[in-house]
Amino acid sequence: MSLLERNPQAPNAWLGDLPVTSRYTAGIAGEKFFRAMKDEGKILGTFCENCDITYIPGRIFCERCMAELDHWQDVGTIGEIYTFTLLFENLDGTQREEPLAVAFIRMGDGGLIHQLGEVDLEDISIGMPVEAVFKPKSKRQGSILDIQYFRPLTE
Amino acid sequence: MAMRKVAVVGAGMTKFVRRAQETGKELAWHASRMALESCEMTLDDIEAVCLGTAPDSFDGVHMKAEYLSDGAGAWGKPFMRSYVGGGTGVFTPIQGWYHVASGLFDAVLVVCEEKMSSYYPHGQAAFMTIFDHTTERPLKPNLLWIFAMEMNRYMHTYGISKKDIAQVAVKNKRNAADHPCALLGDPEITVEDVLNSEVLAWPVNRLDVSPVSDGAVALVLAAEHVAKRITDKPVWIQGVGWNLDTAYWTNRELAYPRYVEYAARMAYEMAGIKEPRKEIHIVEPYDPFDYKECHHLEGLLLADRGQAPQLLADGVTLRDGAMPVCPSGGLLGVGNPIAAAGLMKVAELYWQLRGEAGARQVPGQPKRGLAQAWGDLMQVGTVIILGTNP
Repeated sequence: MSLLERNPQAPNAWLGDLPVTSRYTAGIAGEKFFRAMKDEGKILGTFCENCDITYIPGRIFCERCMAELDHWQDVGTIGEIYTFTLLFENLDGTQREEPLAVAFIRMGDGGLIHQLGEVDLEDISIGMPVEAVFKPKSKRQGSILDIQYFRPLTE
Repeated sequence: MAMRKVAVVGAGMTKFVRRAQETGKELAWHASRMALESCEMTLDDIEAVCLGTAPDSFDGVHMKAEYLSDGAGAWGKPFMRSYVGGGTGVFTPIQGWYHVASGLFDAVLVVCEEKMSSYYPHGQAAFMTIFDHTTERPLKPNLLWIFAMEMNRYMHTYGISKKDIAQVAVKNKRNAADHPCALLGDPEITVEDVLNSEVLAWPVNRLDVSPVSDGAVALVLAAEHVAKRITDKPVWIQGVGWNLDTAYWTNRELAYPRYVEYAARMAYEMAGIKEPRKEIHIVEPYDPFDYKECHHLEGLLLADRGQAPQLLADGVTLRDGAMPVCPSGGLLGVGNPIAAAGLMKVAELYWQLRGEAGARQVPGQPKRGLAQAWGDLMQVGTVIILGTNP
C-alpha cells in the first residue's frame, strides 16, 4: 500500500519518553544576581567599559570583547516595556480564562522577560514604565520568580 | 584542489572538574579568552567561530550551541556548531580548518564545551536519548554495557586479558598527574587498583572508564600569512579525515574500528604520510575506555591488530617511549567533558609540538602528532594530524 492510500491519521504508534532531569547551577554571575534578588530585592547588572554596555542580568564577561566584568551595580527595579504579548491559549491548546500579559522589560542594554500584573490589559503599551514587584523576602528562593511580576509605575 | 595552509596559533583550556559552578557559557568564555590571550589576539581579529558540543541533554539546554554562543565569542560573527557525538572534539577543528583552508576566513576561533554534571543523577542516562526507540530503548541501553560488549569481543578476538588493558588506564592516569587541568591524575596508581575497582558492566571496571566531567577548550586557527605574523612557532594542520560506519551495531566489526582506519587513511594521504608508524611521533587517540586506546591505535594503523597492548608492555607508548600515546593523560586521566576532551587532545599536540607541555613534554623534539576521536552512535572516527612543518 502506498503512502497515499494509507490513512495518515491512524498509523500504529505508541508513546515513549526521553527521561531528562537536570541539576543546573546558576553560574558565577547567576549566584551573585540571584542572591541579590533573594536577599536584598535588588536587580544587579555589570558594565563593560570597553563597549559601554550595561548587561542586565549581570554577566561575568562581555560577549562583544570577552573582557572580564566585575563592576556590579544595583540598577534599580524600574524598566520600560519594549514589547509585549497577550497569551490567550495554554500550551495544550486550551483557552485561558484571562489572557496572560508577558513583556520584554528593557533595563540598561538588556532586560528581563517577565509577566505583567496589576494592570488592565487594554492599558498596556510599548514604552510604558514598569517596576518589579518582589515576593515577600521569606518566600523568595533565588529564582526569577522571586519577582512576582512587573506593574505600571505609579508616582 | 587549491587549499590554503592552516595553523593552530593559540590554545586555552579550563580545568576539567567533576561539577563546575560555572555555567557552560562561562566555561566556554574562560577557554576562549585564554586561547585569545595566548596569542595576543582579540575578538576583533577573529572572523568566524566554530563550536563543538555533544548531546544537548548533558547541559540540559536544547539548541546548546546557540546557548553557548556568547561564551564562545560568536556575537556578530559567522557561527556554526558541528556535532558528531564523541567525535566532535576532533571534528570541530576540522570544521575550523576548512573555514580557513577554503579561503573564506583568515582567523577562526574553535571552541568545545561540555557540562555533563547537569544531567541528573548521572550523565550515562542521557544516552538513553540516542538509541532507536523501537529496537533498542526498551532494553534500557547505556554506553557502559554497550562498550562492555565491544571490549569483550576485542579481548576474545585477540586473546587479550583485562590486565593487559588495565595497563592503559594506569599509564594515562599517571601521565595526567603532570597535567594542571586534570581531574584524575594519580602518579601512584597500579594495575591492581584498576582490576580491584568496582565492576560496572563486566569487563568494564570503574577505573577502566573515564569520568563524567565539566570543561571547555579553545583553539585559534589562522591562515598562513596571519599565522606567521602572530607566532614564530605555528603548528600546522597537515591532514584531516573522518568516516562513518553503519548505524547498526549488529552490522559492525566490533573487534576492529574500520571507520577509524578510513578516517586515518584520508588524513595520512592529505599529510603525505606513507609510513605512519615512523612518521607520527605523538598520538592522542580517543580513550574514554582503556581498551579504546588500543582499539583506536590499531584502527589508526599504528599497531598491528590485537597488538596495541603489547606496545605498552614494551614501553613504546609511554611518555618517554618511541611513540608516546596520550602523554596528556587522555580522557582516562585528564577527564572526559566529551567535546572538550577531544579538543584537549588537539591542544596537547599543539603544546607538545611547540615544546610547551611542561612536565608532560615528550623528549626528542617531536615534529608531528595525531589526535583522534570517536563517537556518534559509536561509529564515527575523526582524525587530525598536526606538525611543525606546513
